[in-house]
Order: sequence, then C-alpha cells, then structure tokens
Amino acid sequence: MDAPVLEMMNVTKTFPGVKALDNVQFRLDHGQIHAIMGENGAGKSTFIKIITGVHAADSGQMLLNGQVVHFKNPNDAQKASIAAIYQHSTSYPHLSVAENIFIGHEQVSKFTGMIDWKAMYRRAEKLLAELDSHLNPRRPVGSLTVAERQIVEVAKAISTDSQIVIMDEPTASLSSRECEKLYQISEKLRDKGTSIIFISHRFEDMYRLADKVTVFRDGKYIGTWEVAAISEPDLIKAMVGREIERVYPQKSNQIGQELLRVEGLSKLGFFKKVNFSLRKGEILGFSGLVGSGRTDLMQCLAGVARADQGQVFLEGRKVSPKSCRQALKEGIGLLPEDRQGQGLILEWEIYKNVTLSELKKYQNKTVLNEKKERATAKKLGQRVSLKAPTVMDKVSSLSGGNQQKVVFCKLLNSELKVLILDEPTKGVDVGAKSQIYEIINDLAAQGYGVIFVSSDMPELLGVSDRIMAMHEGVITGEFLASEVTQEKLLLAIMNLG
Amino acid sequence: MSNDIKHFLRRNVREVATLAIILAIVVFVNARSGGAFLTPRNISDMFTESAILIIITMGMMMVIITTGIDLSIGAIMALSGMISTTVLSAHMSLDPMIIIGIAVAVGLVAGTINGALVAYLGILPIIATLGTMNVFRGLTYLVSGGSWNLQKNMSREFMNVAIGTKFGLNNMILIALVVVVAAHLFMNKYRAGRRIYAVGDSESSAAISGIKAKRVKLMAYAILGALSGLGGVLYVCKYAAAQGETAMGYEMNVIAACVLGGVAITGGSGKVIGAALGAILLGILNNALPLLRISPFWQEAIRGLIVLVSIIANVIISLNVTKRSLERRAL
Amino acid sequence: MNDAPKNPGPKNPGLKNPGPKNPGPMKPGPTNQAPNNQAPTSPAPNGGSQAPLAQRQILDAVAFDPKRFFLRWEWLLVVLLLAVNLINSNLSPNYLVWSNIMDAIRIYADKMILIFPMMMIILIGDIDISVASTMALSGVLMGVSHAAGLPMPLAMVLALLVGAICGTINGLILAKYQELAAMIVTLSTMIIYRGVASVILEDRAAGAFPDWFSHIGWGSLFGLPVILVFFFLETAVFIWVIHYTAYGRSLYALGNNAEAARYSGIDSKRVKVSLFAIMGVFASIAAIFLASKMGSVRPSMAKGYELDVIAMVVLGGVSTSGGQGRVIGVFIAAFIIGFLRYGLGLINVPSPTILVLIGCLLIVAASIPNLKNLLARRAKAVPQPSPSTKVTTSQADG
Repeated sequence: MDAPVLEMMNVTKTFPGVKALDNVQFRLDHGQIHAIMGENGAGKSTFIKIITGVHAADSGQMLLNGQVVHFKNPNDAQKASIAAIYQHSTSYPHLSVAENIFIGHEQVSKFTGMIDWKAMYRRAEKLLAELDSHLNPRRPVGSLTVAERQIVEVAKAISTDSQIVIMDEPTASLSSRECEKLYQISEKLRDKGTSIIFISHRFEDMYRLADKVTVFRDGKYIGTWEVAAISEPDLIKAMVGREIERVYPQKSNQIGQELLRVEGLSKLGFFKKVNFSLRKGEILGFSGLVGSGRTDLMQCLAGVARADQGQVFLEGRKVSPKSCRQALKEGIGLLPEDRQGQGLILEWEIYKNVTLSELKKYQNKTVLNEKKERATAKKLGQRVSLKAPTVMDKVSSLSGGNQQKVVFCKLLNSELKVLILDEPTKGVDVGAKSQIYEIINDLAAQGYGVIFVSSDMPELLGVSDRIMAMHEGVITGEFLASEVTQEKLLLAIMNLG
Repeated sequence: MSNDIKHFLRRNVREVATLAIILAIVVFVNARSGGAFLTPRNISDMFTESAILIIITMGMMMVIITTGIDLSIGAIMALSGMISTTVLSAHMSLDPMIIIGIAVAVGLVAGTINGALVAYLGILPIIATLGTMNVFRGLTYLVSGGSWNLQKNMSREFMNVAIGTKFGLNNMILIALVVVVAAHLFMNKYRAGRRIYAVGDSESSAAISGIKAKRVKLMAYAILGALSGLGGVLYVCKYAAAQGETAMGYEMNVIAACVLGGVAITGGSGKVIGAALGAILLGILNNALPLLRISPFWQEAIRGLIVLVSIIANVIISLNVTKRSLERRAL
Repeated sequence: MNDAPKNPGPKNPGLKNPGPKNPGPMKPGPTNQAPNNQAPTSPAPNGGSQAPLAQRQILDAVAFDPKRFFLRWEWLLVVLLLAVNLINSNLSPNYLVWSNIMDAIRIYADKMILIFPMMMIILIGDIDISVASTMALSGVLMGVSHAAGLPMPLAMVLALLVGAICGTINGLILAKYQELAAMIVTLSTMIIYRGVASVILEDRAAGAFPDWFSHIGWGSLFGLPVILVFFFLETAVFIWVIHYTAYGRSLYALGNNAEAARYSGIDSKRVKVSLFAIMGVFASIAAIFLASKMGSVRPSMAKGYELDVIAMVVLGGVSTSGGQGRVIGVFIAAFIIGFLRYGLGLINVPSPTILVLIGCLLIVAASIPNLKNLLARRAKAVPQPSPSTKVTTSQADG
C-alpha cells in the first residue's frame, strides 16, 4: 500500500492540569474507515481537534500524504481538505441550512466577490438529496430537530469533497434508521476514496462500518487492530485496561413503601404522559438516547423546568415545585447532568460548594458560620471518601470523580428524600465509577429513593433495581434489572420492541 | 407566484409589520395635524432629518449583531464634527469631500479603539464604550477649547452638502440611500458581512469554523465608528454648529432605531432593511410629536419607552417562536 | 422486591430525614459490602489505590498564608492611593489641608454612596446605568412635592419611595424577562426616568427647602461631614451583608455560575429585584444629599454619575463578568478617584481633561482582570504533574 493519508507521530497535548494526549500514534490509509474508541476522557475529542487545527499539539508530528503539516487554525485544516462533524453541534441557529453547510467556503462570484445564494441553495439541495433528506435549505437551523441538525452537519462535512472526514459520535442522537443512512453514506464516501475517522461509543457502529480500530486510554495510545480480528471482550479490555468484570456493589438496599408517584406528566415538545413510581430505598434506572426527554423529565421533577400537565405525589402529597429551591424544600434533589456547568462553582472552595444549597442553615442569627460549614464539608467529604487535601481547596483542582463526590456532598447536606442522579458517572474515571456505585447503593440502603439516569447500559443494569426505558419523550418499557438483558433494553429505548 | 409572495411575507414578517406601523402612524398623524404632515416639504424634511440616524443605525446594527453595543456614538459624532470643522476653519478653501474624509477617518480611529478594547482586551462593550464616550467627549471640549465652530467657520461649499440636491433629492438622503444599499450588499452578499452574523450567532461555532471572531468584532466597531464620523460631520453641517455638546445622547436614538427595526439585542439576527425602517419610524415619530403638539420634554421619555417596549416585545415574540417550533416537534 | 434483604442497616430505612444529622450506616465502606465475593482490587489503572469508600483525611483549617494575603488586589489599591496623595501633595501646597480635604469629600461623597449597591449588582454580572436618572427623578419629585406644600420629612420619604420604585421596576423587568440584558433595560429606563423628571420640571429648578435641610449636606458630625459619617456606616453594613451573610454569598454564586446557583436553589429573580430596589433606595439617598448641597433640584442633576460610580467599583477589583471583588477594594478605589479629582481640581486641570482621565481609568481598570487572567493562564499552562486531575477542563473530554 502507498503512503498513508494521515499519520500522527508522538503527539502530546497538555491542558492546565491534564495531560490530554500522551505520545499518541495514528495511521489512516486511503479509503479506510478507521474507528477510534476509548472511554470518556481518553482523549479522543482532543485528538481530532488537533487534526482539525482547533488545538495545536505541544509536540509530535503530523504527516498528510507524507508531508509534515502544521495547522495553526481550523482554516488550515479545511484547506488541507479535512472536514469534521463534532460531537456537540457547531451550528448557527439563526442562519439558514445552506449557509451552515457552506460557511467558510461560500460560493462567490468571481467578478464581484458576491455570494451566489441561488447556486448555494441549489447545491445544498443536491447535497441533502444525496443524504435522502428533503430539508428546505432556506430554513434556519434553529428550527430543526437534533437529528435534522446532524444531517446538516454531515452535509457540511461532505460539501468540501474532503480527503478526510472525521465524525465524532455522529450516531449519538440518531434513530437506527437514520444510523443506517449514515452508514450507507459513509460507505459511499469510502468507495469514492475518502478516508473516514469514526469516533463512537457504540460497538455496533464500529463492527458495521470500520476496517480498523485504534484504542486510546487515558490519553495514551493502546493499539490498532483489524476490526475483523478483534473480539468485543478484547476490545473492552484494551479500552478499560483490565477484564471488564465491572464491579458493582452487592445490593444492600431494602425497598420500602411508595415515595414518589408521577402521573401523566407532560411537557410540550419534551415528554408526554409519563407515569412511574419510586419506592423508598429503591434505585430506579432511566434509560434512553440523547433527545429521549429523560433529562428534561428529571429537570421538571427537580423544579428546574415546569411541566405543562400531570401530577407528582411525594409520600402521597401532591407537590409541584416551581423552582429548585422549592423542590429541595420538599425533599427532591438533583445531581445535574452537566457537573461543571450546573452542579458546581468550579472556582469556589469545596466547602462553599457543599453548603451552597442550604446556606441559611449556617447563618446563626446574623453571620455565616464558616467553621461550621467547613466541619460539615469535612464530615460529608469523608462519608463519600472525597480525595482532597483540605475543604478549602478549589473544586477546579479536583478530578472528575472527586468533583462528582462534592456534588454528592451537596445533596447529602440537604434533607432529602428523593435523589435524582443524572449521569453521575459521566466523565469519571473507572476507579471512581465503582466508588460512585457504592455511594448510590449506600444512599438507597439509607432509605433514599434514587433515580439513576445513565446512558451506560451495563452500569444501569448493575446498579438499578428497576429500569424505565424512554424513547422520544414516551416511556416504552419497564423492566426488573435482574430480568432484562442489554439487548431487550436497547430495543425498548429505540422503540423497536 | 402567490406562493412566492407568501414565502416572502413569512420571511420578512417583521419588516412588513414595521412598514405597516409606519403607514398607520403617517395616516393617523396626518389626520390629526390637519394635513400638515403629508406635505412634500415635510416629507422631504423628515427624510433629511432621518438621514443621519439611518446612516449610523447601519453601523450600530452590525455591532449589536455581534452581541455588542456602543455608547460612544454621540461623542464620536461630536469629536469628528469638531476636528473636521476646525480644520475647515483654518483652510476655508478645502474641498468638502476632504473635510468629510477627515471626519470619517477620525470616526474610524475612534471606532477601531472601541473595537480593540472589546475584542482584544475583552472588556464588556458597555463598560468600554462608557469609558470612551467620556474620553471622546472630553477630547472634543479640549479640541474646541470651549468655543463653537459656527457658520462663519464653514465654507459655502461645505454648507451646501447638507442643503444641496442632486437628482431632485437632498444630498443627505442620497448619502443615506447609498449607505443603506452598501450595507445591504455587505451584510447579505459578502463573506465579511456574513461573518458578522456568524460571530453573533455562536462565537464557539465560529471558532471551530475558523472565523476570527476578534477581527470580525473589530471590523464591526470600526465600521460603526466611520459611519458615526460621517454622521457627525453631516450633523455639524446641517445645524451649522460644532460644539462640545453636539449630538449628546444620540446613541440612544440609534439603539432605539435598531431595536425598533427588529435587531435582536442578544445578537445574531437583524436585517438591514429592518434597521433602516426602524430608523425611519423613529424619525417619523420625532417629527410627528411636535406636530401633535406634544411637549418637547416628553420626547426623551417616549424614546426610552419605545426602546423598552420593543425589546420586551422582541423577547415575547421570540418566546412564542420557540414555543411554536416545539409544538411542531410532534410527539 | 428482588434484592437480598440481608442487611437491614442500623436505622430503619424509612427514616424521615436522612440528612447529615444522622451519622448513617455509610461511614467506613467495608461494613456494608462485607459479603462481596468479587471484591474490587484497586481497579483504577491510574487513579492510585482507591479502595472504595475508604475514609480519607481531609483538613478543614489551613494556616495563614502570607503570600496569598499580600498578593491581593487591595494592596495594590492601597499603594495607588498613597501614590495619588504623594504626587498631589507635591504638586500643590494646599492639598494636605484638612478643611480642603473635607470640602472635597463633601462635594464628591454623594457618588460614593452609590458604590456598594452598584457593586452588588455588578457582582451578579448585571449593571445599572439608570442610577443617575433615578437620582434625578426622586430628587425632582421631592422638590416638586415640597414646593406643592408637602412637609420636608415626608417629601424625603417620598424620594426614597420613588427611588425604590424605580429600582424595583428595573429589577422586575429583568426578573420577568431573563433573556434581556440589564445593560439595555437600564439604558432605556435611564432615558425614561430622566425624561419623566424633565416632563415634570421642564427646564426649571425647584428649591426653597427649609434651613435644616441644608445641614444634611453641609453639616458635620463628630468633626466629619455628615455624608462621610453616613458613608462609613454604609460601608460597615455592606461589609456585613456582602461578606458575612447567606445573601452575600448567594450573590457571588450567581455571579460565578448562575446556572449552578439556580440548581442549588438560589432564587435569582428575587435576588435581582431586591438588588435593584436597594440600588434605587441608595440613589434617592444620594439625591437627598445632593439636593441639600445644591439647595435645589433640576432634571439635569447628577448627570454622568454612573461613569464615576462604575469606574470606582471596577477599579476596586469587582470583575464586570461577575463573582469577584471585595468591599474593601471598592472602598479604597472610591477614595483613589475622589482624591484624584480633588488634586486635579486644585492644580486647575480643566474638567474635560478630568473626564478623559476618568474614562481612561475605567477602561484600564476594566481590562486589568482580563489581563490578570490572561497572565495567570499563561503561567498555569506549564504542565502539572498531577495525573489524578482527569477531565477537569471541558476541552479534555473524550
């Protein structure tokens, strides 16, 4: 075979306090679909951002068709005909579909330098038609659904006839039919000679599409294999660093009487007629794809947003929290999905974060009692085995797992009955994950009712007592964790069961 | 064909609504003032009066689209008007175009300073321009030494810029027309203009698309500065006086015109035609209030109220739009 | 249901308040998971030996750190204040005359009254440009109502009421329409309030206040101007409110991360309304002092005050993006700008030059936190040998 299209040698990238990539290798051949796999925080996103020129590597070399290249900004990468679909949509909501597709390489008339809108709309229509989509290219992207936006992103990536297309979790919010469409497009591109780097959490994506797979772990290069030649357990082992006997705590919770009952809860555009109940000491899992409405449902229960219809009963009493403050008062606490954006004030000390939701408790008469705050933070921190030198350390100096433990301390500081945990292990390393399972189990054993939302099926099965499946805002299944398999659950959240 | 019209209406609903409001006000005021409103003379006056506002509104629109704001407009107008007429009074024979060029250059420099403070030093636009507003205003006093540049300091050719006509239209109206057409082409047909929308819509996306957001912001403020310089010299020319207090508080007029014209204060959206209509609407209101015998002391308060009501209306409209798009997402 | 009811735990599971008060069965891990046949053996490949839920030592007190203490922004302000005074006293012999200084403070201090409420508003990341107009409106209404026969004390109460209403209107609009920036809302109310004042009084002035009223502005208490004594009291109160109460803490929370504050049960709407109402009340207090000094009120009074007030707050180290700054810094900054104006006035610097200087000062002060952050980020970018800090930055997600 001739020279690889892209070769990365000894690439290292450091962010303040984090070595995101450590001496990473990568080789992409002509007309190849190459999957990159790894856990959260393995450095995949950073890696592709270096390829696309968003970040610059600290050291290492990048060879494009055998030539050393240095990308200073995304423009350089675009000029080298590398296109990317990012994990988080990078669209302009007010601008039209066509403009989103062609931003950066608009069609310009040679004489006047003016943008040729008619030609652009025509080309956009053609591109979208290739993807079997009939979106109106004049519509503003802000009015599209998540899946439709994903299609626009794909169109954007293929609009430049790139030699390399990078897809970062492109299937995360697509239905299985839309996924199949994406697979076909990818294959079509490959047959035309385009090389594709494909990042995904889903094994089925990789087995269906990729020729080769490269695994990263903790910012390090682990290895590259032929997809046909590596079994799933071996791959998992490479990703996780050990046999995947994931450790779930022995269940020690005892399920009591009904604590929370949700009847016909609906919110326009997010979820519809949701019914379920939660018992004391129970861990109730929630499963669903991005856009299934589970996070919105949890936010309504915790008072962040408000539902349009339906009722919520806590210990038989009707509650309708209008704000987080009221929900906390009623005894419903939320560990939000976005730990850094919603759960914590990163620039603050640990103890200030812990006491934030119950500050009044620490104000004796006139003045805040910081000593008491610190003592409480210390006590709670020890309860969840927080790893920090002092409670006066800034939360930003902690690892993801320990930051999450601070959020747990915050919940424990309030007098709660129901804990809603939205993706508590997201962006947390493996060791801390099992500690968090332990904490969840202990909380349930203490009599809290726990709602556990997760995208990670094995952990959902391992931790929960009962699991609800959601698809596009509707509950599509309810299972006992001991009786359900991953496959069954998957069918339910895709609404195929 | 009727389908095309329907599409056009749907996409430009705001502009059409603004136009409808303008027509309604015109008809109402004309009736109330006993026909004194819709005389050719008054209409011409009105547009001449609005011309400066329209010119500067074009620049302010760009800055607001990038999620910024500029409070130093009035001060830039005064400074550029003062410097250019001071040059003129020393060299009466200079061509008016050179004087205008000087004013535009002064405005461009001032605007570039604003842009650099906002884009490269990362100061909040409101704080940065509040500071430069006082700096530019102070400089105006210092340049003038407290004295006024009046008609006697200005050449006949220069004065003619404001009074003269071409193709049967007042020069000021012509200049405004040229600026609006140029702005329309720039914002819709050129990449640089589209970058302004992109940066205002999502700065993080812009970074990934390889758009240099800082440079785009600098450009928006610089354009606004240059247009304010142009507006300033026309203002001075029209009223035949340049002094320390020239155009004090004019920024509120301009911001009001933008807001009335549907430029979202949260950035990312706003149309040239809409902003121009907003400026015309405000000009008409300013002209109509005296005709309706409303005390001049009311006018300030009414202007503030217009801004407040229209920004709140904009929010309510956009909330409704979101709600409707949620409804469309059938479940 | 389907789990083993082996371990009932020390407390009954239906306990009412599983809060921090009860020690819980969760202290050391091993008791809970003793019969665990697949016991985890240091599973983390990198995170060190993290036996699940082992009790760790965390300190809750640290020794005094002199380096951190002396690296505070406030020390720089102290130096700046001394420098201003040193230069000024060298420039003019009349500078360090007690009565001159007190006179200067008398003239200037009505602006200082506004700084702490403004500081609180900037702390949550908002801004109020309408303060000067609120002053004008409440002052004008006080003057007009007194001229119409209302007894002076009642007229003053009316002024306070008007200030509170003006502020509350700002706050209510901002609370109701969270999408609107405080900047644009207060910009429009700035025009409206002064506009209403000029509708009421047009271009006239209202005065004829009783004799005792002038003592508020010109009188002395304990050898100091009344207004200065008031300012000191105000400072004490705001130190308490901002630094030692739950309310003050919640302001910092809102300014640092409004979303996280909301998730923590802080009601930003209520805070906003209260902050702007407080701002309004203090604007009317400042208006009373100003009216007392001038002996009359007019719609153009206090024009441009917002510049000085915001400049003082920003110079005092309060970040315009919210969440940072201390009362003491703002306190010192107020005197820096005050003495600067006083000194420049003594050596006959024309007022436009002072305007230019204050404008520049605001810009410089506002850019300093950004420059500081920029430098800090540069310094921090050096690799740190701490493998445990995974995924702490959002860039490093996978």
